[in-house]
Amino acid sequence: MATIGIGINNLGYQQTLPPDWPGGFWWHWLLFMVIIIVCVLILVMAAIYIERRGMGRMQSRLGPNRAGPFGLFQPVADAMKVLLKEDIVPTRADKLVHWLAPVVAFAPVLMIFAVIPFGDGWQLANLNIGILYVVAVSSVATVGVFMAGWGSSNKYSLLGAMRNVAAVVSYEIPLVLAVVGVVMVAGSLSMNQIVLAQDIPFFLIQPLGFLLFFVAGCAEINRSPFDLMEADSEIVAGFHTEYSGMKFAMFYLVEYAEAIAISAIITTLFLGGWRGPLLPPWLWFLIKLIIVFFVMVWTRTTMPRVRIDQLMALAWKFLLPLAVINLLITAVELLFWSDTITWLMVPVNIVIMIVLVVLWSKFFKLGWGKVEV
Amino acid sequence: MTLKTEPFMLNMGPVHPSTHGVYRMRATLDGEVVVDIEPVFGYLHRGIEKLAEERTFTGFIPLTDRLDYISSMSNNMAYCMAVEKLAGIEVPERAEYLRVILAEMQRLANHLIAVGSFFNDCGAYFTPFLYMFREREKILDLFEMLSGQRLTYNYMRFGGFSQDVPAEFMPALRKFMGQMPGMVDEFDRFLKQNEVLLARARGVGILTAEQAINCGISGPVLRASGIEWDLRKADPYSIYDRFEFDIPTGEFGDCYDRYRVRVEEMRQSLRIIEQAMDQMPSGPVRSDLPHLVRPPAGEAYTHIESPKGELGFYLVSDDSIAPYRCHIRPTSLINLSALRDMVIGWKVADLILTFGSIDICLGEVDR
Repeated sequence: MATIGIGINNLGYQQTLPPDWPGGFWWHWLLFMVIIIVCVLILVMAAIYIERRGMGRMQSRLGPNRAGPFGLFQPVADAMKVLLKEDIVPTRADKLVHWLAPVVAFAPVLMIFAVIPFGDGWQLANLNIGILYVVAVSSVATVGVFMAGWGSSNKYSLLGAMRNVAAVVSYEIPLVLAVVGVVMVAGSLSMNQIVLAQDIPFFLIQPLGFLLFFVAGCAEINRSPFDLMEADSEIVAGFHTEYSGMKFAMFYLVEYAEAIAISAIITTLFLGGWRGPLLPPWLWFLIKLIIVFFVMVWTRTTMPRVRIDQLMALAWKFLLPLAVINLLITAVELLFWSDTITWLMVPVNIVIMIVLVVLWSKFFKLGWGKVEV
Repeated sequence: MTLKTEPFMLNMGPVHPSTHGVYRMRATLDGEVVVDIEPVFGYLHRGIEKLAEERTFTGFIPLTDRLDYISSMSNNMAYCMAVEKLAGIEVPERAEYLRVILAEMQRLANHLIAVGSFFNDCGAYFTPFLYMFREREKILDLFEMLSGQRLTYNYMRFGGFSQDVPAEFMPALRKFMGQMPGMVDEFDRFLKQNEVLLARARGVGILTAEQAINCGISGPVLRASGIEWDLRKADPYSIYDRFEFDIPTGEFGDCYDRYRVRVEEMRQSLRIIEQAMDQMPSGPVRSDLPHLVRPPAGEAYTHIESPKGELGFYLVSDDSIAPYRCHIRPTSLINLSALRDMVIGWKVADLILTFGSIDICLGEVDR
């Protein structure tokens, strides 16, 4: 028992839960597993609904409005349809890899939610290295995508998968560097501690970090305008061209679950997570998550897609230098200003962000055709 | 260690989201870079030129609708003008004005689609496309008022039209003309300076003036390369010499210029329609003709500035009720011939974008 006790303390789930919390470690584990899976699936359905209806409105059309009131059951209808479809595997495909790819892509996305706090301490595991875990796990999904691209023996899939790997490898760096700023201000890697540290939401203290994280996050999960890996007008459907039926549904699920995961991480790191007045914490968390997701939908309907070399250039020439500068400024500020006057960082950092972004975009021109990489 | 790489062949089409029909490109790619492309077409070949020989002159009009089905009115007009030239048929004044109005409205509709699908190829997920479709719907509504059809109108006849416009057409047209210039400005406000669009389309897929002339390119693609050549001015047909309008030209001949030229042409078309509406006389819309036209033996070629470029009809008559030979100068096919020069050395994404910026219609390419 002693060893398990240490394990439990390391996981730290008891730190914030009430002492009379029923059940032991495994009950906690089981309960949160079920909650996470159910919540993620429902959130994905909600996200699909929001995206399709929202895009419909933005594109001066109605969007799906036939299944159920206001088309609310459209995701259910989609799921039913896709479940009943025939699963086609190309003759030349690598059967095992082709079969495994959706699973490999889906598992890590669910795993991200293990450390996201839906309320004070409401998480599967309050890891003291929470955000590091998120960054590490989220990259694994790329392996699944590349397996899909390689295993389907289709050139469109391969192109899409290659683009995805290139994008993720590049965008991981500004993404992590943007997170480091938050970690420095919060003084902890634990997701719950980061939320607790946000008396002022970090998007005010770290405005540049917030911006960089949002852009890099969008690029990493391939949301528009960085949706190169499934650029429908160029490479048909990218890595999942050869998938149908339930396996396709898995990838569809991954796509939205990733978007929700990034929204959840942004909410936790920058928008104060579950904190907020009056409403219960989980509701605040949901509201913020959906607002972030909505911004992603908004950019999707607004922006054309960038080209692969421009995508790389943006990561290496724009985001990375700014992320390093942001880190430097945060470090200097923390060194000279004690914790008591954190509010001073808000106006200073916002001004710094505006100046830096404007200046750097003068340096950095995407336009005029070829960008050498 | 050096990795050994080799180019691979990618079959784009005939079923592909952005080949605008059943066109196929056999592209050789070195990673993302296009090394070579080989166009394959003919998937939509219906033998329209041969079918013309099997039908009466009048009976061929519906088939011209199926050439460039995005702009059927212009096809009708080009063919009718060819037969009128062959048989020496006079067209009443009112019919000429109506033809100009309809041809320019067709140009608007075509360019709306061209610009919209250009943005789609650029990756803007259907938003500009659907807004432009909304405007095009208004034009189609007007055409439906005239001919009962929304795509293949079959409205023009030799010496005029099948019937006069209904009484409610002109007020509806005026209402449309009140809205449309504002919409064009609005599209410009949102799209013209888009950073991603500039990055994607500026300097991409350059077609030099010399190449354009050598390939026989016409229409907006030629004008984007900086050559001021428009058949409406260069060889005024119908009554285009009575209207004031400019020929917009591009500077560099890249994808962005082609997009800009189309938008400016929409403005010029609006100007022409405006003038034609004011000057429109009353009178008959069809000269008195027998049902079956039997032109004297001979040959005739007419060309018009269709929305996509120079559309020509060459007809040979042997004094019968059907053409002995009908040849169509397809704009799209000839414009497409420059594609290979424009995309080699660029990336796959640019290939799609350049292809979209040429604005082809497969019905016309394959005939």
